[in-house]
This record gives sequence, C-alpha cells and structure tokens, in this order.
Amino acid sequence: MDVLVADAVNPHNLMAARLQMALSLGWHIIVACLGVGMPAITLIAEWRGHRTGDPHVQLLARRWAKAMGVLFAVGAVSGTILSFEMGLLWPGLMGTYGEVIGLPFALEGIAFFIEAIFLGIYLYAWDRLPPVPHLLSGIPIVIAGVASAFFVVTANAWMQQPTGFDTREGRVTAVEPWAAMFNPATPPQTVHMILAAFMVAGFSMAAVYAVAMLRGRRDRYHRVGFLIPFTVAAVITPVQIGVGDWAAHFVAENQPVKLAAMEGVFETERGVPLHLGGVAVDGELRYALEIPYGLSLLAHWDPNAEIAGLNEVPTAEHPPVNVVHWAFQVMVGLGFALLALVAWQWWAWWRRRDLPRSPWFLRAAALAGAAAVVALEAGWTVTEVGRQPWLVYGVMRTSEAVNPAPGLVYGFAGVAAVYAVLTVATVYVLRRMAREKPVPVAPQERDVSDYKVV
Amino acid sequence: MPLPEILLGLLWIGVTAYVLFGGADFGGGVWDLLAGGAERGARQRALVEHAIGPVWEANHVWLIFVIVLAWTGVPSVFAAVASTLYIPLTLTALGIIARGSAFAFRKASTLLWQRRLFGAAFAFSSVVTPFFLGTVAGAIASGRVPPGIAEGDLAASWLNPTSLVSGALAVGTAAYLAAVYLTRDAQRAGDAGLAAAFRRRALAAGVVVGGLSAVGLVVLRADAPRLFDRLTTGAALPLLALSVAAGVVSLALLAWTRAFLAVRVTAALAVVGLLWGWGVGQYPRLLPGVTLREAAATDAVLAATLGALAVGAVLLVPSLVWLYATFQRGDGQGEGESGDAGAFPRAENNS
Repeated sequence: MDVLVADAVNPHNLMAARLQMALSLGWHIIVACLGVGMPAITLIAEWRGHRTGDPHVQLLARRWAKAMGVLFAVGAVSGTILSFEMGLLWPGLMGTYGEVIGLPFALEGIAFFIEAIFLGIYLYAWDRLPPVPHLLSGIPIVIAGVASAFFVVTANAWMQQPTGFDTREGRVTAVEPWAAMFNPATPPQTVHMILAAFMVAGFSMAAVYAVAMLRGRRDRYHRVGFLIPFTVAAVITPVQIGVGDWAAHFVAENQPVKLAAMEGVFETERGVPLHLGGVAVDGELRYALEIPYGLSLLAHWDPNAEIAGLNEVPTAEHPPVNVVHWAFQVMVGLGFALLALVAWQWWAWWRRRDLPRSPWFLRAAALAGAAAVVALEAGWTVTEVGRQPWLVYGVMRTSEAVNPAPGLVYGFAGVAAVYAVLTVATVYVLRRMAREKPVPVAPQERDVSDYKVV
Repeated sequence: MPLPEILLGLLWIGVTAYVLFGGADFGGGVWDLLAGGAERGARQRALVEHAIGPVWEANHVWLIFVIVLAWTGVPSVFAAVASTLYIPLTLTALGIIARGSAFAFRKASTLLWQRRLFGAAFAFSSVVTPFFLGTVAGAIASGRVPPGIAEGDLAASWLNPTSLVSGALAVGTAAYLAAVYLTRDAQRAGDAGLAAAFRRRALAAGVVVGGLSAVGLVVLRADAPRLFDRLTTGAALPLLALSVAAGVVSLALLAWTRAFLAVRVTAALAVVGLLWGWGVGQYPRLLPGVTLREAAATDAVLAATLGALAVGAVLLVPSLVWLYATFQRGDGQGEGESGDAGAFPRAENNS
C-alpha cells in the first residue's frame, strides 16, 4: 500500500466512510429501482382499467400509486443524503473531479425535478383531471425516472472508465464533459441497471400478490395484481441475461483485474475454466467446481483465449476477491433462477392461458421479489467492490478521496441508526397499506379517503 | 456576462427558490409542532398537510440542484465546505431523511398513535434541519471555512455567534414564510378562523425575524466585519434596504389589511433582499483567499452545464407553473368550504 496515503488516513475513518456510503447507496438503490419501475407498471394498470372499465384493475392502479407516493418520498430523501455524502465523505474526489462528473448530475437534477413535479400532479390531482390527461401526466414520471437512472449511472460508469479530462499535478486542466459522460462503460452499465430496476419492481410487486394467492385469495383482483407486474418482469428478464453477458464482456475487455476477481483467477493462463463456488485463500481459489475452458469461452468466445490473472498487478491493488467472486456468483445464479421461473410461467401460459397449477410456482414467485433485490445488491457489489482499491479506476484511490476529519465513525453510527428506524417504518407502513381496505379517489388525498372504489 | 458568474447566479437563484419554497415547507412543520394537542391542532395540521403535500418533493429538488451546481461549478469550494462542515451537514441530512419520510408515513397512516409518532418526527426535524443549514450559511458568511479539505475547525466553524444567529434566522424565516403562505391558503379555502390564526402567527414570526435580523447585523459587525461593511455601505446596501422595507410593508399589510396575496409577495421580497444582499456582499470572494475565478470549473464544463440547464428550463418552467397552478386554484372538488371541512385528518374518527 502507498505508505504516504496509509499514514495520512486513519483506517477507521476510511472504513466508516465506505460502510456509510455502502449502507446509504445499498438502501437507496432498492427504493430507486422501485421508483423507476413502479410508475410504468402502475400506468399499465391504469390504462387497462380505463380501457376495460374493470374496477379491479382500477383499484390496483390506485393502490400502487399510493405505495409509490410513500416510496418516492423515501427515495427522494435517501437520494439527497447521497449527494451530501459525495462531499461529506469523499471531498478528495469531488474537489478534483466534481466538475468532470457534474454534467450528468445536473441533467439528473432536471430529470428528478420533472419526476417530482409530475408525481405531485399524478398523485394529488387524480380526481381533478379527466382520465386521459391524468394518464398522460404519468408518462413524464416514467421517462424522467428512466432518464435519471441513466444519468446517475453514467457518473458511476465514469469511475470505472474515466475519460474526457486532462490533469497536471493533481489539478484538472481540461474537461470534455460529454466525453466523460459517454465513457466506454456507459452503454452496458446503464442498460443493465435500468433493466434491473424493472425486474426488481416487477418481481417484488408480483410477490405481494403471490403471497396473497398462497393464502387462498385467488380472486380476479389478486390474479391481475400478480400478472401485470410479473409479465413486465417476464419480458425484461431474458433481455437482462443477454445484457448481463454484454456487460461481462465489457469488463473482460476493459477491467481485467475486476474480471479476475469475479472469477477468482490469480495466474494469467489460456483455456481458463469457469469456477463455480470456491474460496480464495493465500492467492489461490480452492474448492471450486471447474468447467473446463468455460471462462475463456464465455469471456472471449474462444476456448483458448488468455485471461489475465490478479497477479498481473501488485497485491495492494487486488480487490477483495471472495466478496467480488461470491457476489458475482449470487447475481448470476439468481438471474438464471428468475429466468427459469419466467420460462415456467410462459410455458403454462402457452399451454393453457393460465398460471402454472403447482403451488410451488407461487412459492417461488413469492420469493422472486427478494431474489431480485438480492441479485441487484450483489451486482452492485461486483461493480463497486470489484473496482477497489480504486475510487476512480487507475486514477484515484479510495483512501486518497476520503474526508480526513476525525470522527466519521460517529457519523456512520448515526446514519446506521437512522436507516434502521427508516427501514422498520417503511416496511411497517407498506404492510399496513397492503392490508387496508378503503382507497381514496386521489391516492394521496385524505379529503376523500372514505370514498369506496369497489 | 462570463460563464462563472452566470453559473453562480443560477446557483443563487436555486438557493433563493429553496428558501422561498422548501423553506416554507419546513416552516409548515414548525407550525405543525406548535399547533397543540391532537384535537385542538387538527385544523391547522390539516391545512399544513393539504398545502405542502403535492409540492414539497418538487420544492426539495432545489436543494439537490444547489449541491450539484456547487460541485460542478466550484468543486474545490464544495469540497472545502462539505469536509469542514461535515457535522452540521450530516445532521441536516439526517433531518431531511426524518422529515420527508415521516411526512409520507403520516399521510399513509390512519391510527392516531401512528399519526402522532410520525407527526412528531416530521415537526421536530422541520425545526432542527433549517437551523443546521443556517449554521452552515453563517460559517461561510463569516469566513470560517478555509480552502482545502477539512482545514477548518470542525466545531468552531459552525458553533459561533454568526452561525447561531443564522441558524435561528433560518428557522424564523421558514416559520414566517409558512405562516404568510398559509394565511392566504386558509383565506382561499374560506376558513376565516384559521386565516386569522395564521395571520397572528405570521405577525409574531415577522416581528421575531425582524428582531433577529437586527441582532444578526450587530453580531456580523463584530464577527464578520468585511461582510458587514459591504452590507451597510457597499453594493449590497440597496438589497438590504429592499429587505427591510419589504419586511415593514409586510407587517403593515398583515396588521391592517386582508391583502394576504400581496403579503406573500412582500414577505418573499424581504427574504430575497436578505439573501441577495449576502450574495452581493460576499462576491467575488467565496472562501477566505479564494475568488470565484480561482475556484470556477473549466469553461467547457460551465458551458455544457449551462446549455443543459437552458434546455432543461424549457421543460421545467411550464411543468412547475402547471404544478402550482393545479394546486393553488380554488375550483377543484377538494377545495372550497365544503371540501376543506373534509380535509381534517381522520385521526379523530379513529381515536
């Protein structure tokens, strides 16, 4: 490790800052995915309800909108904290490179503004607007949600593939902001993330109704409540597997150290097997199941392709191999499990225009929401931990960017306590909302909360 | 006008909008806190909730806008402020989380104890959050944030006379703006009793804020003489005069007329005068020894960001106008006397 840096930074501070960032980002990313995916799914239900006049579908749209209102509020504030933390925890990054990644964040700010404005109109003016204008007022929420996900992820992609700037003696001398934003990692990473958001939203919304159906409530309301979000997820999942392959090829070409950590490859070799499971101990992956030539084939479409090992770089520049390796395995494994579930459903639908009869299908679907969230977090871990010890790949180490002020540990403790309370309260409120009966005309207006829809 | 000045101007417009709109939402929480018991305060709380519900998230985005423009336009200044003032900024961040989520949770709750619990979190954090933001403003204004990363005193930078007065002033301004806005909301809803109650609160808050501003000037004179000189003699003097005049007119209008819509304008002007007076007084020095030109990002970044914001404004401005127009019109079903009678929280029914 760089001796100067090690001296300058208190390791507890660095660890506290990393944990605080991981906690706030890992929390926000779930809510943000629901914020990106739920509006589209809710609009589909509202549109179906408007077209068919089916009161069940109309009620579903209203209840989803109400939950969306709560989740959006929580997402707005947990996202704000992240913009604070960029400066509070990583002033070394922002002071030098803030201007390089400023453009996508400014664009994200505009997108978020539009999202918040139209969400206010969509939720509170449900009873003041005629049905079609109301439906139309929801469309900017969907577009802006996807756009803000895109903009934020371009900034993260820049940290993986920093381009578009010149430095001299640690100072940025010239910037091409558009080149920084559209860096090589941007296309695969943004697409992978946006599709993940729709998978998380689709599977977790469907899971709520899968649980209800397992408890015997198999009426039309619960069936449709399951089918709409599940269908969205079922359309996205196969595409996501392909995009995931694209993203992995990108890593193989551009971040060989990360690929080596993902696969637990230490020595550079040709014809490298794919490792399933295993633990990295003393510079070697042990107990893994090996599929011969698998990795060379998957990463480069050539069974004899050369894969660079971790030992190409000094040990100090290795990311934590076991974390990255296992996170990658978990993400891929869950991705394929979700694909199998989706295939089961497609097959049953093709045969009989119905859900699979087996209760195991609903049991699996009930777990699919949690599985999608775990896959999301695992994928995020691969991206972020796989980049360590760099904050900006090859340019700035995480330890160079951290705030040297003492006492970040207390900040982390405070944030952790607040997030614990926030988690409990969010889950509690959402569960109560799922059980409540009456739904007002406008999902956020109490004035009319006794209005019975069905 | 050169690019750094345009960007700084936009950033300051963002700060102003955040204080005028987001600040008033915080003030709503202050009045929620002071509204009294669940029975007695129900009407006031319902009005506050009704007024800020649809708009607070959009108003909140101004803060994100300011933060992002700061790190894009003057990255080293952003890093210096965030690292030295990380304690009040962390507390602000936690306050923002508690406030926003508790507000949403209260809306989604039906039982009295839940509404009380979330309401208390919402109201309490509405008071402390602007206070901490105010201390940050005071720290920057009194030149206590040196350039460099975490170079300033972690405690004294924000625990000092200017910061404390600024914190109190921030809470007072938020409460004052909210009371003024809510008076008009209650008047439009046709609730004369509630309008009178908020009018009294607006008057009281206005007097307190006026007094705090005077104290603030005295403190500034001792604590930050450079800014004081600029405010009282230099280019900032007309803005300070505007602020004082608008403040006096607002109080007069509140005391002797029912022109509550006009008071909204004059009250906002008083706050705008204060903020822009500070901005002009401090310009071009952002931190001790650091001018705007030294800290500004490269022209390529500024041009791209300003271009993006110009395009964004074409989408944003009509959307914002539509949002406010939708919820400030009196013709909706949920408005008017009969509608607002139903606007009370259902807490009473369930208790």
